[in-house]
Amino acid sequence: MGTDLHELREESSPFPIRGTMPSRELLLPGHVACPGCGAALAMRYVLKALGERTIVVLPACCWTIIAGAFPYSALKVPVFHTAFETAASAASGVRAALEVTGQEDVTVLAWAGDGGTFDIGLQALSGAAERNDDILYVCYDNEAYMNTGIQRSSATPLKAWTTTTPEKHPKDEPKKDMMAIMAAHRIPYAATASPAYPEDLVRKVKRAKATRGTKFIHIICPCPPGWKASSELSVKLARLAVQTKVFPLYEVEDGVKYTINLEPEGLPVKEYLRLQGRFRHLTEEDIELIQRTVDLEWERLVAKARDSR
Amino acid sequence: MIEPGRKVITGNHAVSYGAALARAQVIAAYPITPQTQIVELLADFCAEGVLDAKFIKVESEHSAMAACIGASATGARAFTATSAHGLALMHEMLHWAAGARLPIVMANVNRAMGAPWSIWTDQNDSLSQRDVGWLQFYCESNQEALDTVIQAYKVAEKVSLPAMLVLDAFFLSHTSEPVEIPPQELVDQYLPPYRPPLSLDVEDPRAFGGITMPSEYMELRYKIQRAMEEALEVARAADLEYREVFGRGYGLVEPFMLEDAELALVTSGTVTSTARLVVRELRSQGLPVGLLKIRLFRPFPTEEVRRHLAQVEKIAVIDRNIGFGHGGIFAQEVKSALYNLGLDGGPRPAVFGFIAGLGGRDLTPELIKEIIDYTRERDRPESELIWKGVKL
Repeated sequence: MGTDLHELREESSPFPIRGTMPSRELLLPGHVACPGCGAALAMRYVLKALGERTIVVLPACCWTIIAGAFPYSALKVPVFHTAFETAASAASGVRAALEVTGQEDVTVLAWAGDGGTFDIGLQALSGAAERNDDILYVCYDNEAYMNTGIQRSSATPLKAWTTTTPEKHPKDEPKKDMMAIMAAHRIPYAATASPAYPEDLVRKVKRAKATRGTKFIHIICPCPPGWKASSELSVKLARLAVQTKVFPLYEVEDGVKYTINLEPEGLPVKEYLRLQGRFRHLTEEDIELIQRTVDLEWERLVAKARDSR
Repeated sequence: MIEPGRKVITGNHAVSYGAALARAQVIAAYPITPQTQIVELLADFCAEGVLDAKFIKVESEHSAMAACIGASATGARAFTATSAHGLALMHEMLHWAAGARLPIVMANVNRAMGAPWSIWTDQNDSLSQRDVGWLQFYCESNQEALDTVIQAYKVAEKVSLPAMLVLDAFFLSHTSEPVEIPPQELVDQYLPPYRPPLSLDVEDPRAFGGITMPSEYMELRYKIQRAMEEALEVARAADLEYREVFGRGYGLVEPFMLEDAELALVTSGTVTSTARLVVRELRSQGLPVGLLKIRLFRPFPTEEVRRHLAQVEKIAVIDRNIGFGHGGIFAQEVKSALYNLGLDGGPRPAVFGFIAGLGGRDLTPELIKEIIDYTRERDRPESELIWKGVKL
């Protein structure tokens, strides 16, 4: 009786909650994402943070479909669909046009999946980042080419199953360190985020919005059909990815100043892997290898954060 | 502000002046020989404040076209320039620009495609982009290159389709000629600011280019074709208006000494100037030869081609390109424009298709005379394509 839900959540949340979540909804209910889609959650929070004066540039990705077929749109902001590898370059063009037409206050959001960011769009993204074009580039990372039916990308984790890394020969390589690549461009702001920590995500997007130059936010987005996980587990998986240190939450300023936003509980990776069918073939040795890899990456991240203090 | 007056400049710089006079607002470009001087001068214009534009120095031609697309969709007048491999790399985005109905203007300096590497002229780069939905103008002189940039915006913005102007590598791009730089006020009067009916606008949020079902897609393609058809009339009017305002015009095609001609040469680009000299010389000797220069290639000016060529007995098309497995591309287009005239017993001249001058090889007056001699001596061609000047 009379219990403030916010107070309850405030106690259990590592991040401040009260007053942090804008009430506006710019993702409309007519979108066609799968149940439990992490990328739909991510878009909802990002647009809450950015507001109406935003233009979205969408390359080929799940969101090409999620946004709705012609003549409909599930987004209450302008959307420009463009070719797979052009999220950053088309966004640079939009930004240039806004500058020459005196609309400097509009945010340009390039919104691409991991394939469009880590693989085919990497060159254009590097170009925009090197020029420090004033765009916010968000990679919603569901760790494979999900829209084409679950094929391996360079964001797919070590030992994961996809249709092109079958169980008899799962992925040999660890996930590409995209944040390090972006940090190497010395862009003013880069951050990781998880839809399980919406207050942290929204704060980071607001910070990016207030920063001039190229901003990069990397959001882990569980994909029930691609990860072979039950749709009600998406938020839990997005949280476990952080708590197991598989996907730590951190920020990088000017490519050099690392800040870890949340000290993970350090749960074993097994807790995260066992809920996903894409890892069901793993042997104990595989799991140990993944654990060692995750621990090593975490130590590297901690060292970067320590060195930049 | 660009100073008006007469200047001796290269074809490349004539294009830069054209883009500046057209008040391009966003330029995105990547260097490639022999185009680079176009964007170098535009970079100077931007740096010096002569041109109030944002220049995005992209990391590839693919990104150049993507950035022009983003800028044009946001309501800015966008410009780029490229050549050969750069144009080929843009291919995907050329489709996107046309499909999105964005009136981007691009200069392409005709350069032969690799392998092997070549930097010299032929038309295979631009003609390989025939079906992407871009207007294509082929220029003969530096003055025409400058004027065509301005005309291209006028037409492109009227029909909401992108336009490419094409000039021969080195023969035009790096050759200096006297060029009349028109006064900015007159260009402004001819070409008002770009105001698209729809654009990316936070006050009027819309989605552009979203997935389109079979029940809708075909109508969008029909509309592009209708816009192409409309572009013919718009380009004619734009050229006539240009002539009124600036005292120069070119037409969609340009006939030369075609009255009572029995044999017509068909050319595009700089070989036209050489062919004109040859025709004049042979006419002085009493030979009934003439010339038709094709300036607008897409949309194809079928009406003009029929009007000027239907009555001649023989047509000799000089193609500085090769559609592998068939023949010269202009020859194919001319044949296709004339074919149905003959169905009702109307005229159907014999079309001789000559492949010459590939990879920048010289197209000399002697070679053109050989082409004319070959055509005069035969009732019909011995094959659908005839190679001239090839060493076997």
